[in-house]
Amino acid sequence: MMSFMKGRVLVVDDDTALAEMLGIVLRGEGFEPSFVADGDKALAAFRESKPDLVLLDLMLPGRDGIEVCRLIRAESGVPIVMLTAKSDTVDVVVGLESGADDYIVKPFKPKELVARIRARLRRSEEPAPEQLTIGDLVIDVAGHSVKRNGQSIALTPLEFDLLVALARKPWQVFTREVLLEQVWGYRHAADTRLVNVHVQRLRSKVEKDPERPEIVVTVRGVGYKAGPS
Amino acid sequence: MPRDSAASAPGRPGAGPGRASGRGAGNPRRGRFFTAALLSGGVQGSPVVRLFIRWVRRPLLPVMRLWRRNIQLRVVATTLLMSLGVVLLLGFVVIGQVRNGLLEAKVKASQSQATGGFAVARQSADETAAATHGSTGGNGTDGQQSQNVIQWMSDLVESLSSGGSGAFDVVTLPVGDDSGGGRSPRGSGYVSPAESVPASLRDRVNSSSSTAAAQSYTRIVYSNRKDSQPALVIGKQVNDPNGHPYELYYLFPLTQEEKSLSLVKGTLATAGLFVVVLLGAIAWLVVRQVVTPVRMAAGIAERLSAGRLQERMKVTGEDDIARLGEAFNKMAQNLQLKIQQLEDLSRMQRRFVSDVSHELRTPLTTVRMAADVIHEAREDFDPMTARSAELLADQLDRFESLLADLLEISRFDAGAAALEAEPIDLREVVRRVVGGAEPLAERKGSRIRVVGDLQPVVAEADARRVERVLRNLVVNAVEHGDGKDVVVKLASAGGAVAVAVRDYGVGLKPGEATRVFSRFWRADPARARTTGGTGLGLSIALEDARLHGGWLQAWGEPGGGSQFRLTLPRTADEPLRGSPIPLEPKDSRRNRGLDDGGTPRGGAEKLATVPVQQTGGNASALPPRQGAATPVADPTALPGNGNGNRVVPRPANRGRRPDDRTGAQVPDPRAGGGPEPAGQDSTEAGEAFRGR
Repeated sequence: MMSFMKGRVLVVDDDTALAEMLGIVLRGEGFEPSFVADGDKALAAFRESKPDLVLLDLMLPGRDGIEVCRLIRAESGVPIVMLTAKSDTVDVVVGLESGADDYIVKPFKPKELVARIRARLRRSEEPAPEQLTIGDLVIDVAGHSVKRNGQSIALTPLEFDLLVALARKPWQVFTREVLLEQVWGYRHAADTRLVNVHVQRLRSKVEKDPERPEIVVTVRGVGYKAGPS
Repeated sequence: MPRDSAASAPGRPGAGPGRASGRGAGNPRRGRFFTAALLSGGVQGSPVVRLFIRWVRRPLLPVMRLWRRNIQLRVVATTLLMSLGVVLLLGFVVIGQVRNGLLEAKVKASQSQATGGFAVARQSADETAAATHGSTGGNGTDGQQSQNVIQWMSDLVESLSSGGSGAFDVVTLPVGDDSGGGRSPRGSGYVSPAESVPASLRDRVNSSSSTAAAQSYTRIVYSNRKDSQPALVIGKQVNDPNGHPYELYYLFPLTQEEKSLSLVKGTLATAGLFVVVLLGAIAWLVVRQVVTPVRMAAGIAERLSAGRLQERMKVTGEDDIARLGEAFNKMAQNLQLKIQQLEDLSRMQRRFVSDVSHELRTPLTTVRMAADVIHEAREDFDPMTARSAELLADQLDRFESLLADLLEISRFDAGAAALEAEPIDLREVVRRVVGGAEPLAERKGSRIRVVGDLQPVVAEADARRVERVLRNLVVNAVEHGDGKDVVVKLASAGGAVAVAVRDYGVGLKPGEATRVFSRFWRADPARARTTGGTGLGLSIALEDARLHGGWLQAWGEPGGGSQFRLTLPRTADEPLRGSPIPLEPKDSRRNRGLDDGGTPRGGAEKLATVPVQQTGGNASALPPRQGAATPVADPTALPGNGNGNRVVPRPANRGRRPDDRTGAQVPDPRAGGGPEPAGQDSTEAGEAFRGR
């Protein structure tokens, strides 16, 4: 369905030169960029343009990127990729915890950015009808829904992908690197904090007791696996 | 605390002028000797004695520790002991005085009583004698006379003792063994006469010129099963009516005096006990007043050093303790202020770095993207512009990595770098790194071999940082390897894991092994710029290793290649004591040269091991380290001391003067018997040797 679309990208960045450059690159790759330079206006622009993906600079005038990220995440599961100049632990983790799916550190190469955006949009391709169970959760892959006892749990697309990846092979322990490749589309090793943060977010939504996870189980020293069904 | 070591001293008796052994051996007094031995544990003597002392000491150790550590206990115990001594002394003096006083009065009274009694006895004898002479005409029969004397004596004893009404008893005894003539022993009130009067007194009474009275203390023994009693006995030789001498004794029981004395004793003992206990309690209270603030200060100092800078002492009054508290608080205040300032500075620095980062990176991103777009389209340009586009893109890459490295370094400098350690298998990291370096190695024509990856090499580490370090080492090795093989070796032993990257390229000159980690240092200025790199890679790697509490060290010989070794503790907080891989590889030219020469020294095999882990005997391998004058052990190479690296100078010299074999051995720090061969080469040694 969405695979026919070019992919609308909302660029939230106050640096006009960079925004323009991003526009050039994105258009060159066949995306439809729209721009907003102010954190306060970002949410309105988001509602108006209904993008398929948001490129969000963390340092913004008005509301900062983290806040914008949180607001967007509150009303939509649309993929958010942060642009950050700081790869310091705290900033990145705060960004990820506020709902961003992925981040890319400035300065980045255009190809890297495009690859990241495509990886986030790729999942929009039509999946085969498939029903999975993990713990007491029932996952309808095609319908993009997760239910516990008939009650559906709202997940962002990324969290959903993460859960599906684990649920498809419940016998397998996934290292963070493998998850990065399967879920985020990284070819080479990247920041495993992405996985950690998103597993935490996923757990907070699907686990009965996030302190004692039963759905997404940590295998110490290795990675994660799906809990017993 | 010199006495603290409990077990070390007995192991080496006479190892030096130890206080304990010296004092113990030299002191003739057994008590002191034993105490000294007990307390300090060093004694010269047979193993049996030592064993016994150790056996005795063991249960005492906790008590001794408490004794050493608790000043309150010490003061209270000392006070108790000393006051006990004082009270005992006082008690003895007082009791002596009281007894003397009591006895003196008694003796005086008794003497006058006895003197009176003796007089009465003599008078009675005289009167009776006169009466007898009068009545019988002085010529009565002997038997009659004896009869009379017996009767008289019984009457006399009766009458004399009746005057005392139990206050004294009277005893008569014949002089010597002469018991004939009715002068058998007699006693009033069931006193058994012979046993109650001591023989010494009888001797004195008999030997003296019969006029003087003699006195002594004794115990009265009763014939009617009454308990014996202490008594004063006064005796004298008196004549009976017939003129024969007999012994007359007055026995004054001291029951009353003894009762008084025991009452005084009991009172004194009770009072003394109370005084001692009260003094102890007072000492306890007084010491507590002093010790409590001191302990509080100690506790607060501990909390301060743990980082809780807002802790303060409570100050009340104006006494010395209050002054201590005030001074302490002032110190804490100043400390807090300074630390606050430093923290502010550090925060500003971090903030600045962060801001610079953002401010620089945003335009750089734009430039980067623009350059890439231009670079992509370079085929449409004329050659000059196309080449310019290429240069632009290349140099932007360099600029970028330089900026990234600079920011990373400044993050370390600001202390903002955080370790995210989790158990990782270093083989995985090595595999990734080697995989990443393969293309470069192919271009350079060298192979990368991995050794020691059969067993898992797991350590708590930050995978990202370790990978960065190893990538740096491997890429460096490939770039400087002259197309020869690069060997990556993994090992784990004891509490440490290590990865060594060995190349056989140009190697390092003496002294360079320390400098490779300096910022922007380049091995050879003439050819440096041809290879990429920012000049910060190894500095960052060193910082990464330090952040793990690990070591990053380099070894190299000119023309013989180099080896870089990363050693990490297996668990994050554990301090490193050695590395499983020797810093100088076995195939270094020196090691091989030694083998060829067949020098009968320890052997290259042994040289190339690090005993700390591999012998498994930490205790045996570690302590001798102190013996070597030169910094022999790896811990001197702790990255914390500024440059975590060591250089081996000798091969360099061999390289320069290949025939100088003897010269090569002279500065060998191992000749002194240091057991730790690897990583022994101090920078100082290197410098010194180069100076020759």
